[in-house]
Amino acid sequence: MGETPETIVDVRLETVAERRPPLPARAVRDVVFGVSDLTVSYGDAAAIRGVSFDVYRNFVTAIIGPSGSGKSTLIRCFNRLNDLIPGARVEGRVLYHGIDLYAPDVDAVEVRKRIGMVFQKPNPFPKSIYDNVAFGPRVLGMTDALDERVERALRQAALWDEVNHRLRASALSLSGGQQQRLCIARAVATEPDVILMDEPASALDPVATTRIEDLMHDLKRDYSIVIVTHNMQQAARVADMTAFLSVDVSPEGHRTGILVEYDETARIFTHPADGRTQDYVTGRFG
Amino acid sequence: MSAATAVGVRSRARRGTVRAALFRAFLLLSLAVGFVALGALVADVLWKGIPYLDGILLTEAPSADPDGAGARPAILGTIYLMGMVLLMAVPIGVGTAIYLEEYADRERWYNRLLELNIQNLAAVPSIVYGILGLAFLVRGLGLGRVLLAGAMILTLLVLPIVIVASREAIRAVPDSIRHAAYALGATKWQVVSRQVIPAAIAGIATGSILALARAIGETAPLLLVGALTYVAFDPTPLGAFTALPIQIFQWTARPQEDFKLLAAAAIIVLLAILVTMNAFAIWLRDRYQRRF
Amino acid sequence: MSVGRAASAQPLRLRTETRRWGEEAVKAALALCAFISLATTIGIVAALLQPSIEFFGEVSVVDFFTERRWAPLFEPPSFGVVPLLVGTLSVTLWAAVVCIPFGLGAAIYLSEYARPGTRRTLKPALEVLAGIPTVVYGYFALTFFTPFLQELDLGVGVFNALSAGVVMGVMLLPTVASLSEDAMSAVPRDLREGAYGLGASKLQVSTRIVVPAAVSGIVASYVLALSRAVGETMIVLIAAGGLPQLTLDPREAVQTMTAFIAATGIGDVPTGSIEYKTIFAVGLTLFAITLVMNLLSIRLVRRFREVYE
Repeated sequence: MGETPETIVDVRLETVAERRPPLPARAVRDVVFGVSDLTVSYGDAAAIRGVSFDVYRNFVTAIIGPSGSGKSTLIRCFNRLNDLIPGARVEGRVLYHGIDLYAPDVDAVEVRKRIGMVFQKPNPFPKSIYDNVAFGPRVLGMTDALDERVERALRQAALWDEVNHRLRASALSLSGGQQQRLCIARAVATEPDVILMDEPASALDPVATTRIEDLMHDLKRDYSIVIVTHNMQQAARVADMTAFLSVDVSPEGHRTGILVEYDETARIFTHPADGRTQDYVTGRFG
Repeated sequence: MSAATAVGVRSRARRGTVRAALFRAFLLLSLAVGFVALGALVADVLWKGIPYLDGILLTEAPSADPDGAGARPAILGTIYLMGMVLLMAVPIGVGTAIYLEEYADRERWYNRLLELNIQNLAAVPSIVYGILGLAFLVRGLGLGRVLLAGAMILTLLVLPIVIVASREAIRAVPDSIRHAAYALGATKWQVVSRQVIPAAIAGIATGSILALARAIGETAPLLLVGALTYVAFDPTPLGAFTALPIQIFQWTARPQEDFKLLAAAAIIVLLAILVTMNAFAIWLRDRYQRRF
Repeated sequence: MSVGRAASAQPLRLRTETRRWGEEAVKAALALCAFISLATTIGIVAALLQPSIEFFGEVSVVDFFTERRWAPLFEPPSFGVVPLLVGTLSVTLWAAVVCIPFGLGAAIYLSEYARPGTRRTLKPALEVLAGIPTVVYGYFALTFFTPFLQELDLGVGVFNALSAGVVMGVMLLPTVASLSEDAMSAVPRDLREGAYGLGASKLQVSTRIVVPAAVSGIVASYVLALSRAVGETMIVLIAAGGLPQLTLDPREAVQTMTAFIAATGIGDVPTGSIEYKTIFAVGLTLFAITLVMNLLSIRLVRRFREVYE
């Protein structure tokens, strides 16, 4: 083929972007997360710096960028999971429905009850399928009609038909793709408001990946989704808005993640405003 | 190579071979010392003790007459002691392990002191624990020479074993499970009690059994805390008591040959209990070892 | 706590009104458990120190360490701890004669000579020796080994230091073997392979490369084993005797510090009497000696680990 790489990428992403229904106008969008001037440091080194953008309700928001750009660090700010890392320091604000998540009197446990998370490597508990999904409701005290909750969650994760006859089997007996859908079911079982996904399909085969991506289109109806992915095509396929993080190298050699551009996915991939975004999405680097 | 050098090489090789063979023999002898001693011990105990291994031993109380003497109070004492040690050492040991692994901030000096302290305690001579018991429990608290005091001291003695084994088991649980549980909105105690401990339970159980096996054979601390060497009645938690190793000691110390044979029989009982416990611990570990 | 409805459906309340008291209580309870081990050490030190201070109020420290007779019950009483120290030393010496060379030999065999399958069976088998209760070893020393020694016509008494020491050495052999073997396995393979490549024999590699490289770990195992020998009670109580003689002749009966403490503790000593306090004074001496040895052993292990891990 004699065509240059950028042309191929452009054509494919353009087609995907054009197939997407138009997004609601900015004025009617509900803000779930308002990030302003967010800087996270581990010890002395800043992992991300000065990040500001809004996450909208019932949107799928993708965070893309090269490795080391702080994507995981950023997404973990939304459910205060960075608290678990000793030495992590957060400056700036993350507003969740108007409340600053990092205010001193905010309880991280309450925050996490409303925000679910799916991790890169499927991590089901070493218990039965049923107990995995039921764990969240149980610790939150939502123990009425537990069986129905479990079934509803497994249906939402498109796993019910495959496991309903063996709910007591160990979760570790499922395949990788099934385990990840189980983790999704586990996350939605507590009826959260937001689902965070940190590279949910990167450890899965292409078939399982497609199933997860299809799932996101359905889940978006009830939840707001933020997804970190290193796979640009995936972002183009599933995301409404896309944030591009890049690595800023200081003169001393410290690498810090910064938000370069945040816009509707179609525009990020077809007419990005920033040269760095253009370089990344056309595959020139990263 | 000249003929002289060739001869030189060959004779050096021969000397080398002799030296190597002697060395190897010494190494095998080293192993043999251990195993021959073990074999002699077991054989001797079995030879002397089996004739005395009968119902009388298990059901009768000791007496001045070796033919009618049994070890029942001692066996019961050991069983009660082990029950009490289990009930005390496991919760305290596992609780300490949970604190050190999940709650304590490693940077704080007092937590590092705690870790160093546990390391030191594991190496204190067992009789010093007996002195501790004598000073604080028997005389200090006024408990007297009772079963409970013995159980408490044995608990303190084996606590480091439970702590170390539990810490390892807890550490083996991967962080991904903890993070998933936290992400669902669980509190720290919910994460620990509902995910970490159940996942670590096999290692904790194995460690507890090994601790108990150590406690069962301990004699010196019990001597100081007042296990009497002649107890002809069944023990109670707040009463005078004896235990199997004490009974063995007492019978061994008697001049009459018959009592020494009785001691051998009691040793067989003790070793049988130990072998069972260790086998059970190994089986537990192999069967339930979770590879994450 | 919320009942039934999803947290996200409730009015947004991210603060908890009260701190999670349940969580605080749990943390306090767990910290209390951890404190118990600290309290044990404090208790040991307090239990040893207080009566000892009283003891040394009545008996001069100089006399304690220089008098050559230990006879607390005599009229006039004599409080020289030296016979007890020598008794401990005598028994420990013979334990060392057994466990130091043979423990190392077993370790070298397991580490350098044995096939992996053999090592997997032999190592745990050796551990069995370590799991046998000391009272059983005491029995073995008195009823099997001493008569055996007497058959050899060496002139050993019914109670003697040699029997107790040798049996104790056998008991400690697996400790030395296990820890030394661990130290030797930590020595990197390339060191050995370099030597084999030059044409060295197994004997030379083991003794000139591996053992010197692992020496601080090996010495740590020796120190640990000997510290256990010093603190061991039942074997000496049963087989070495109760007579505090100032002699290094292994055929004689001796009394070690531990045997003295045990023998006195068994008897009914009136609390607060000078005899009662001897338990603590001797106990303090014993504790100090083993503490120093253990700290030394930990130091050695740490230095060894720094080099190889």
